[in-house]
Amino acid sequence: MIRCSLRINGSVRAVDLEAETTLLDALREHAGLTGTKKGCDRGQCGACTVLIDGRRVLSCLTLAVMHDGEDVTTIEGLAGDAGLHPMQQAFVEHDAFQCGFCTSGQIMSAVGLLAEGRARDTAAIREGMSGNICRCGAYPNIVDAISSVAEYGI
Amino acid sequence: MQPFTYRRVDTVAGTRAALLEDPQARMIAGGTTLLDLVKAGVERPAVVIDINHLPLAAIEVTPERVRIGALARNSDVADDATIAREFPVLAQALAAGASGQLRNMATVGGNLLQRTRCAYFRDNVSRCNKRVPGSGCDARDGINRAHAVLGTSEACIAAHPSDMAVALAALDATIVVRREDGEVRFTFDAFYCLPENSPERETVLEHGDVIVAVEIATAPHQRHSRYLKLRDRASYEFALVSVAAGLGFAEDGTIARSSLALGGLGTVPWRARDAERVLGGAASSPELFRRAADAALAGAVSTPQNAFKVELGKRAIVRVLTTLAERLP
Repeated sequence: MIRCSLRINGSVRAVDLEAETTLLDALREHAGLTGTKKGCDRGQCGACTVLIDGRRVLSCLTLAVMHDGEDVTTIEGLAGDAGLHPMQQAFVEHDAFQCGFCTSGQIMSAVGLLAEGRARDTAAIREGMSGNICRCGAYPNIVDAISSVAEYGI
Repeated sequence: MQPFTYRRVDTVAGTRAALLEDPQARMIAGGTTLLDLVKAGVERPAVVIDINHLPLAAIEVTPERVRIGALARNSDVADDATIAREFPVLAQALAAGASGQLRNMATVGGNLLQRTRCAYFRDNVSRCNKRVPGSGCDARDGINRAHAVLGTSEACIAAHPSDMAVALAALDATIVVRREDGEVRFTFDAFYCLPENSPERETVLEHGDVIVAVEIATAPHQRHSRYLKLRDRASYEFALVSVAAGLGFAEDGTIARSSLALGGLGTVPWRARDAERVLGGAASSPELFRRAADAALAGAVSTPQNAFKVELGKRAIVRVLTTLAERLP
């Protein structure tokens, strides 16, 4: 076991982890934050997307112990005291999901995409979001939701 | 995942020492290939050495060359203004690879060592000479539509998956490796091993070697370069065929310098020097580009499923060269 101090959504949690525990499993099984979803667990679907120090990454393909002391943001940390994050609100308003399983990954990826400054137009949004698969096929509304936030700002 | 020991290192010397303590030790940087393959049971490291805290992420620019640290993330290299200006082919290749999340994780050094996407290598059940030397190759008579047509052997037809490495092949990049107490420098041509009878050996690296940087010399024809990637989906897919090319022109309009490399077609990132010889000193024309493309694929050996790649590759070469010739610098 390795004692690891993860700063998740602003609060520090000390957890004892096996070396091979992915960040995804640490979030879900050790920190009790199940908003981050395990889809393929192979880096192919994007459902496990979180932000580390503000950059979007796949939590299934990285070890939790590698991120000792870094800032991890999950879907649970996005909303503030004032309510939903604009990207969350946009997904609701644009009906940008059906079953919802991919949604937290979609939203985290979209927030990361905007932070990268890559959401210039719908083509760039589609390209930039290609790592997030939606088996329900809600893509048109997902792109609309992200476009609306890109246009009016977060 | 199978259990392993985790160690964090903060110096290159410490990394070498940790590697040399255990032949089953592996470095982890972005982790996007390694952890995927550990989950699949293909890689079985006893020790995983976290090199993310080594000071190797910088992109250093001098008038003659650019030195990219081995830990520079793919997205940071793709976004770098100097890279975009001096080596557009590299920025385009990086942007065409994987997804936004993976590009934020994957490093330049790790990308060089990316393993093949051959399904028989990855499934841990089939016969695969790369995974279990001497066991045979189920790809040869299996589903091999995406497999290589250049540099193949009886033992292996797996395609090299990287986009970045194809651009680096065209750019004549040098790979800088820490070995023992000094730096060893490999030309790109000398870095990868053809599969021949030992496809498990993919590069000239020895256990304990640490890639520290990639260096690229600036040159006018590298400024005028492009990457074209053809694949089954518009995004987030490996190349069926890709072309990295640069052209430099003499004052009379003939081609003074050219560089051409192919992805998706070779068992290693494939430098098409035969095609460059066709182009050298000649005037641009559709016929010239077609002859260069024919030369590039002259040695292709295909299967019934991947034979389409030969013609697709030629047309991709012609398209990229035509675009470069039409848009003179």
